[in-house]
Amino acid sequence: MSDSEALVDVDKLCVEFSIGRKLFGPPTVVRAVDSVSLRIQSGQFFGLVGESGSGKTTFGRAILKAVPISSGTVRYSDEEVAYDLKSISKVQLKDYRKRAQLIFQDPYAALSPRMTVRDIIAEPLEVMKLTKTREETDARVREMAARCRLNLEHLRRFPHAFSGGQRQRISIARALVCQPRFLVADESVAALDVSIQADILNMLKKLQQELGLTFLFISHDLSVVAHICDMVAVMYLGSLVEIAPTRALFHSPKHPYTKALLSAIPSLDPDDRGDVQRLRGEIPSPTNPPSGCRFHTRCPSATALCSERVPIPEQVQEGHTVSCHHWQKLAE
Amino acid sequence: MSDALLDVRDLDIRFATDEGLITAVESTSFSLSSGEVLGLVGESGSGKSVTAKALMQLNANNTRYGERSVIELHLGSGSVQVLKLKRPRDLRVVRGGAVSMIFQEPMASFAPAITIGDQMVEQLLVHTNQSKAGAKELSIEMLARVGISDADKRFNQYAFELSGGMRQRAMIAMALSTRPQLLIADEPTTALDVTIQAQVLDLMKDLIVEFGMAILFITHDLGVIAQTADRVAVMYLGRIVETGTVRDVLRNPLHPYTQGLLRALPRLDALDEPLTPVPGDIPSPLERPAGCVFHTRCTLAIAGRCDQVMPVATLHSTGHSVACHVASDALGVAS
Repeated sequence: MSDSEALVDVDKLCVEFSIGRKLFGPPTVVRAVDSVSLRIQSGQFFGLVGESGSGKTTFGRAILKAVPISSGTVRYSDEEVAYDLKSISKVQLKDYRKRAQLIFQDPYAALSPRMTVRDIIAEPLEVMKLTKTREETDARVREMAARCRLNLEHLRRFPHAFSGGQRQRISIARALVCQPRFLVADESVAALDVSIQADILNMLKKLQQELGLTFLFISHDLSVVAHICDMVAVMYLGSLVEIAPTRALFHSPKHPYTKALLSAIPSLDPDDRGDVQRLRGEIPSPTNPPSGCRFHTRCPSATALCSERVPIPEQVQEGHTVSCHHWQKLAE
Repeated sequence: MSDALLDVRDLDIRFATDEGLITAVESTSFSLSSGEVLGLVGESGSGKSVTAKALMQLNANNTRYGERSVIELHLGSGSVQVLKLKRPRDLRVVRGGAVSMIFQEPMASFAPAITIGDQMVEQLLVHTNQSKAGAKELSIEMLARVGISDADKRFNQYAFELSGGMRQRAMIAMALSTRPQLLIADEPTTALDVTIQAQVLDLMKDLIVEFGMAILFITHDLGVIAQTADRVAVMYLGRIVETGTVRDVLRNPLHPYTQGLLRALPRLDALDEPLTPVPGDIPSPLERPAGCVFHTRCTLAIAGRCDQVMPVATLHSTGHSVACHVASDALGVAS
């Protein structure tokens, strides 16, 4: 894979927030995303998983330039443009907003209750002045609504009249109406019942293929990610611990954290109530992260080395990297 | 069952609203024995939480219970007809006495301005004969038992000072400290991360063995059911459509709705299987389907029958029953 193919190229991205400030002295800094590097190829369904507090949402927002980038680079390049998000100009950023869009988690909070569905979907077009006449806007809205299985009758109604699954389809239509190339879907199916979740996942996959979209799919649910994504990155306390093609990650996970996450998923087999490895304790506070490997406080295989030195990503095979001092020993 | 702790028969629950009476639960019957874990699964709006709350009469004032509906608790001291209890004073036998409940969101269930310890002690003073000192000692002991380190320090803290997993542990400690005979767990791990969920489920399994109480476990997650429950009841639009042992129902689901739920579930052991959603949407509660409640979304529905005649629950094998015309017909042919 060469650099030129990557639609989004993230290199050593750090995002820091300052929280609280003593009367004198420096503010406390939380590093929510710590030196994350990954490449999302054009046309990929890229999954990002981790527990709450792992920094996955902040990462998603940073590559949309919705939170400031503290250090590192994020490059976006398609056939037409190439942007460096850290030094992007205002004019360029406006253009980037057309190319990269966000689908939110909570379809109840993401839609204005005072706007009709038509106006909600049309708003991006109007704000970004992408259409010249009302007829043109309506045509674009109708076309995208149809793709998201919303009919003309739906467009006249207000969001309160819709179920969770329908609302999520409205959110998706709004995100897609300005014809973006790149979408960040942040826990977009987490609030839905399993049957509706399956429906939305199938629809996202279909839209991706029809419209040639690239997705960053952020989720805490590994089984969902396993079904929809081509590549998966696992995040823990702001750092990536493992990146791999989906099949490799689920069939031969290398990082102890990935293994623990997989074994924590309750099995549908009632006889498989086996003695699985349980992680002890909880995710530490990012204000005071552990030294060395950030996972060492909960890792069943940690040694003295792990608390001293930060592991660097090592390649397992093409496209599969893991950040663990002991992955080779653990694989034996 | 004669050794049942809880018997629910013909439970009908309707809510009086401006738009009229809305049916939340209809003709639901089940029983639960001591030491048994019954899983109640269904999507949002299926009536599982409403059913659970009825056991302690926790539903809002606009709730109307059916005239034939019976909720009976068989306690050592005799039977209690829960729906006949009217005064809050009488309900104390049930609420926090014989029955305890743990909720999905422990942050919303603890009072924010009272320490965890004071809340635990208060309910022990109301429901047991403990002295204040004894109640405190027992509370700290329970906190330690559910895996909270520095229990005596946590005892004096507020809910916001605890992490999500810690709060749910404290909630469990509080619910079990009165030694209830029935524990209702309403989506107790849904708000937790998967690694913390695994810890809490392990803890609950240990406590079931240790305390020997019956548990009604409500969840939308079939994996959680598979890992914790002995029996499972699948609810759709306020009706139990299928019930049986966890093994029978998950390995050999008979109702098209149960089958549909399983097909829609992303499974790690079947990455290549496509996800198949249950077609259509849940009907509005104001337009309850006639006949079988599931017929509007069922691919096997027989016109003229499923949309007119309500199927009755038929026993398929010991303890495994299903309310479906199609499944019962297949059964008739097979036997």
